[in-house]
Amino acid sequence: MDKLLNIRISQALAAAALAIGLLAGPGVNSVNASEGAPTPPAQAWSFNGIFGSYDRAALKRGYQIYAEVCVSCHSLNLLSYRNLMEIGFTIDEVKAIAAESEVQGGPDAEGDPVMRAALPSDRFVPPFANDNAARASNNGALPPDLSLIAKARKGGPDYLYALLTGFHEEAPEGMTLPDGMNYNEYFPGHKIAMAPPLDGETVEYADGTPATLAQEAHDIVTFLTWAANPELEQRKSMGIKVILFLIVWTGMLYAWKVRIWKKLH
Amino acid sequence: MSTPGNDKTFSNPVMNWIEYRLPIFSFIDNSVGSNYPTPRNLNYWWNFGSLAGVVLVIMIASGIVLAMQYTAHVGYAFESVERIMRDVNYGWLLRYLHMNGGSMFFILVYIHMFRGMYFGSFKSPRELVWIFGVMLILAMMATAFMGYVLPWGQMSFWGATVITNLFSAIPIVGESIVTWLWGGFSVANPTLNRFFALHYLFPFVIFALVFMHLWALHIHRSGNPTGIDPKSPEDTIPFHPYYTIKDAFGLGVFMIVFMAFVFFAPNFFGEPDNYIKANSMVTPPHIVPEWYFLPFYAILRAITFNILFIPAKLGGVIAMFGAVLILAVLPWLDRGKVRSARFRPVYKQFFWIFVADCIVLGIAGGKPPEGYWIPIGQAATAYYFLHFLVILPLLSKFERTLAPPESISAAVLQSNAGKKGAS
Repeated sequence: MDKLLNIRISQALAAAALAIGLLAGPGVNSVNASEGAPTPPAQAWSFNGIFGSYDRAALKRGYQIYAEVCVSCHSLNLLSYRNLMEIGFTIDEVKAIAAESEVQGGPDAEGDPVMRAALPSDRFVPPFANDNAARASNNGALPPDLSLIAKARKGGPDYLYALLTGFHEEAPEGMTLPDGMNYNEYFPGHKIAMAPPLDGETVEYADGTPATLAQEAHDIVTFLTWAANPELEQRKSMGIKVILFLIVWTGMLYAWKVRIWKKLH
Repeated sequence: MSTPGNDKTFSNPVMNWIEYRLPIFSFIDNSVGSNYPTPRNLNYWWNFGSLAGVVLVIMIASGIVLAMQYTAHVGYAFESVERIMRDVNYGWLLRYLHMNGGSMFFILVYIHMFRGMYFGSFKSPRELVWIFGVMLILAMMATAFMGYVLPWGQMSFWGATVITNLFSAIPIVGESIVTWLWGGFSVANPTLNRFFALHYLFPFVIFALVFMHLWALHIHRSGNPTGIDPKSPEDTIPFHPYYTIKDAFGLGVFMIVFMAFVFFAPNFFGEPDNYIKANSMVTPPHIVPEWYFLPFYAILRAITFNILFIPAKLGGVIAMFGAVLILAVLPWLDRGKVRSARFRPVYKQFFWIFVADCIVLGIAGGKPPEGYWIPIGQAATAYYFLHFLVILPLLSKFERTLAPPESISAAVLQSNAGKKGAS
């Protein structure tokens, strides 16, 4: 009996360690936690969950915010204008959007470089020619490319939403902000070079939706999540079919297994 | 018509024609077929070896297709992976399969190893099966490490920098070895190129080692939960159909878990920082390896002090490699005659404490090396080696084991009569 009890204790120990490991797992590498930034609250995103998909209207509004606000500092290097057709723009709209920017074309007959209007097949034209130009215009800070930002930050979309809505006019007492820095509750270290980009009156939505800070943050984060995970809808709908197939298939294999093993006993 | 040394005949004349010239059908039948006697009492912990084999095939298949689209150049690697994700047909599926397949491979193999420890599968006469297994985990680690560098994200670059720098701890020639590994004076394009070449090569080395692992296994055949050898025909059943169907069912269960990650949480095991392109001018605040290296990373960092003439850094490197290599001599550290922990009441407890210790090491490896995580990591490291070097040798000498059953069939009948369904 004693032995049995001891075994139970060591197994319980292992189980407890495993449980702690599983709980700590997602947070194991938490950088934010070690720098005192609070965990961003979870938002109810349309793309959450196994049946999640993107809110088309939010995607278009989010693109409007990118095109009117973010683009003045942030590039979107991994996306092409043609990708906008995936979120509901028509080919003519995409051609018009692309044509607003210029890219370098092939050399002309004399061999001199020429500039031409961008095409849907071109990548999004970045706001700055290179990183140095970006830093020079931004007080020394480099605005990150936004193509993968929703995957490249711990907390993903929830973090981006918290960051965009987490600016405070004044730093808390005891903290001095260097020139050109702003206080953000959710940014690691709290001192962020980006000025509050959204204030609720930043854009006038083309679809007439009233622009509030929460609405704007929600829309741009939806757009950036799509930009980082354009395959999400295809992935989730295929995943449901795959899992359903596997459950049926595995159930049949189990029945077959039971039938074969019955001969033994 | 019969073949030399084999009287197997088939109703299909084509099969007979081939069999006479190359006895491949009897080879299959003797390896995983009706002619391969297997203990009748294998439980589901015996599924993980074949599962790992399936994942190896999935990794090689998805990896070859990914390699067709990938560009091993520091200027294009990150972008080429994103092109796979965005523009290649089902590229996201291939890449997420490969990415999560790596994590699955380690989960399966770690469980497979713990199963071997619990049921004494490494003991005589299966020492070589176990040693090929240790070589396999080493080859897997090298492959996984180099594969993680290929997307050329921040963690790829800094992980490669930290790990390759470990070799600089070797006295006298260390720095030269690191320069040689890099093909230059920092992790750069030559490093990425050779890692890609080796990442493509190593899976075939793994494949060859799997062949050796299985060859050695098929000489003395599978162990079993009782740890006793089959004594009569009643103790064994043919591998096919009994274990082919059991493995197939296990594969179905595993695929549900694997695919759930691929389709619904593909970045669960990943680091957000690896979606930032490598930048040698910006160090991430917290460099961590992939989760499956965390216990070994904790052991590496546990040695924060010089040991006699060995500097702390070298000590950490020795401890880390020692933690894997010590497994190779496990059959000689634990020399007890009784194989299965079922009949080793004290060993059974120490086994679970060892499992808990490995999990603690894994957590400590993921934490920044500060505060109480340092002594926790050190204590867990000390216990890791204590388990192998002190506890196991003493146990195999002094433990009072229980009497194993008469035979496998006796054990099966007893358990059927008593607690039905338990295995």
